[in-house]
Amino acid sequence: MNIHEYQAKALLREAGVAVQDGVHCTSVEQALAAYETLGSEVVAVKSQIHAGGRGKGKLYRPDSGDLVMQGGVKIAFSREDVGEYASNILGHTLVTKQTGPSGKLVKNLYVEAGCAIAHEYYLALLVDREANSVLIMASTEGGVDIEEVAENTPEAIHKVWVDPIEGLQDSQKSSLADSLGLSGSAHDSFLDMIGALASMFVDRDCSMIEVNPLVRTEGATMVALDAKISFDDNAAFRHQWRAELRDLSEESDIEVRARGHGLSYVDLDGDIGCLVNGAGLAMATMDVIKLCGGEPANFLDIGGAADRESITAAFGIILEDPHLRGVLVNVFGGIIRCDMVARSIIEASEEVGLEVPLVVRFSGTNHEEGKELLDASDLDVLTTSTLAEAGEAIVKLIGGDSS
Amino acid sequence: MSIWIHEGSKILVQGITGSQGTFHATRMVAYGTDIVGGVTPGKGGQTVGLPGRSVPVYDTMAEAVLETGAEASVIYVPARFAASAIMEAADAFHELNGGGLIVCISEGIPTLDMVRVVAHIGQRPRVRLIGPNCPGIITPGESGGCKVGIMPGYIHAKGRIGVISRSGTLTYEAVAQTMGVGEGQSTCIGIGGDPVSGTGFIDCLAAFEEDPETEAVVLIGEIGGTAEEDAAEWVTENFTKPLVGFVAGATAPPGKRMGHAGAIISGGKGTAEEKFAAFEAAGIHIARDPSKIGEALLEALREAGLR
Repeated sequence: MNIHEYQAKALLREAGVAVQDGVHCTSVEQALAAYETLGSEVVAVKSQIHAGGRGKGKLYRPDSGDLVMQGGVKIAFSREDVGEYASNILGHTLVTKQTGPSGKLVKNLYVEAGCAIAHEYYLALLVDREANSVLIMASTEGGVDIEEVAENTPEAIHKVWVDPIEGLQDSQKSSLADSLGLSGSAHDSFLDMIGALASMFVDRDCSMIEVNPLVRTEGATMVALDAKISFDDNAAFRHQWRAELRDLSEESDIEVRARGHGLSYVDLDGDIGCLVNGAGLAMATMDVIKLCGGEPANFLDIGGAADRESITAAFGIILEDPHLRGVLVNVFGGIIRCDMVARSIIEASEEVGLEVPLVVRFSGTNHEEGKELLDASDLDVLTTSTLAEAGEAIVKLIGGDSS
Repeated sequence: MSIWIHEGSKILVQGITGSQGTFHATRMVAYGTDIVGGVTPGKGGQTVGLPGRSVPVYDTMAEAVLETGAEASVIYVPARFAASAIMEAADAFHELNGGGLIVCISEGIPTLDMVRVVAHIGQRPRVRLIGPNCPGIITPGESGGCKVGIMPGYIHAKGRIGVISRSGTLTYEAVAQTMGVGEGQSTCIGIGGDPVSGTGFIDCLAAFEEDPETEAVVLIGEIGGTAEEDAAEWVTENFTKPLVGFVAGATAPPGKRMGHAGAIISGGKGTAEEKFAAFEAAGIHIARDPSKIGEALLEALREAGLR
């Protein structure tokens, strides 16, 4: 789960990490009022969306697609600037490197007091799956694309792994501060900040905290000038407070609905809908479709606890896609029985009306019964017993290239 | 032989009185697995009826291991209790037996719980964890065999192919394809799709290299992380048997989480293309098409003079 920058800043403030004063706004009037309240002559007017690259992004009018403004994060030097930038941002679509070409509609704004920057750094905490521990990365190259730094000058990124049992050691904190070349009060300020961040990472079950840039002010204190936080969904049960921070409008509507049925769904650009049990098999099914010359319309894992209700819902979700030209069901029965899946498919097709070709591949538990049920039904369905046959069949049926 | 479990291994079920625990324990015994008892805190002294036997329930893993002499345990408890169940099992095996095998099927365990669990296991060198979020491990036998997990037992047969996979149903697919070319399995291991987990590819490959009954191995990877690349590098120096590799997710778009928490391409790293290239560089036979894993295995066996 991701949250907005203004929410992340509030959590950081609570954890004792220095951030600038700021106000969350949803209208131009609020932004102007925030400028007065903050009492800072220079403020940053920042688009709030769940994607990075905002500063270099472009804002477009959602109806006409006309360009409104370059840059989703602006420095305002006057009340007039704030008004202009706020009205150019709110209600417009922000397209960044991370949003994809369709961009994201900006409904939230953060107006933040300016800050006299002496230097910009990069700091991130994340789970390192290879080392099975929390990794802290710091770099003197802040404010830029860290992936480029990692590619071109990997030595500029200093890494420290937190021992899961011992925790972050004082010597590690110092070595991170030293790697950034900090001294005096900036050094002390950093030690406090990194300790607070490491505790917060664990206490709130984060999967990532990225501060880019982390800045040293002219007053030699360390301030988190931007912040991106994401949480581990598996730990949601022990963090009820997260529900209030969730912005469902930032998530794909169809993916949210699928999750409500215990389904894992990802929308893709192709035209062959997939319904599969298991994430790995679902990815492999997409791969087979592509290798046969087709394009998958979605990733859909019905999970190990699927029942008639969730499979019917899954079928309905697949059929919503206006570009859909065919459906491939691939189920390897284990705990899930193929006959139950067959009954659900028949029921769902009658309910929603299936107008595109359907290929079903059953293997494993009760695959024969499942096939018999489908063959005996009124459905126009082709059943196969191997993955290879299934991929070729669906691509051929929609008139695609099956090589 | 086989790796880590064999026909006759004595198995405990943690969470045996829960619906998942009883359901799968029943199927495990039906396959031939020797379940000797179960653990559910607060239900010690009860018994659970399984096909042809009734097994005791204990309050703690320490009691259960002491009373039954079990060498492995399988965990079917809800995600929020799974980390402590794993650590309890690790302590019991470490202190009473000097080691043991823990298979955690539970899905949805918080990542930082697993970070602590893996560190805890690391301090008990002869304790092995498989999973979490995995189908488990199975060693098919002459009739039945030892099944420690949720996989459908009947799709397997005793043979000479080792199978290692990060996925669940895709493992079954790979098994079905080995059967399709007339080959059975020595041991099949689903290591799970979570970002932080116990046993990895290299542990499995090293064990298969040592196992005289395993003559070739099928390895099923997934996009995300660098476990496949690391395995490929290890194979170059250390693995001598024919090896077939597949990586799921060549068509998955970057930045999207494909069901498994681990299956996500970030910052251009962990793509299927990179993993296939690493496999090829290590001399691993690759199946780019998941429907041709069986064919790739057949070819690898022929090339090695094993068919």
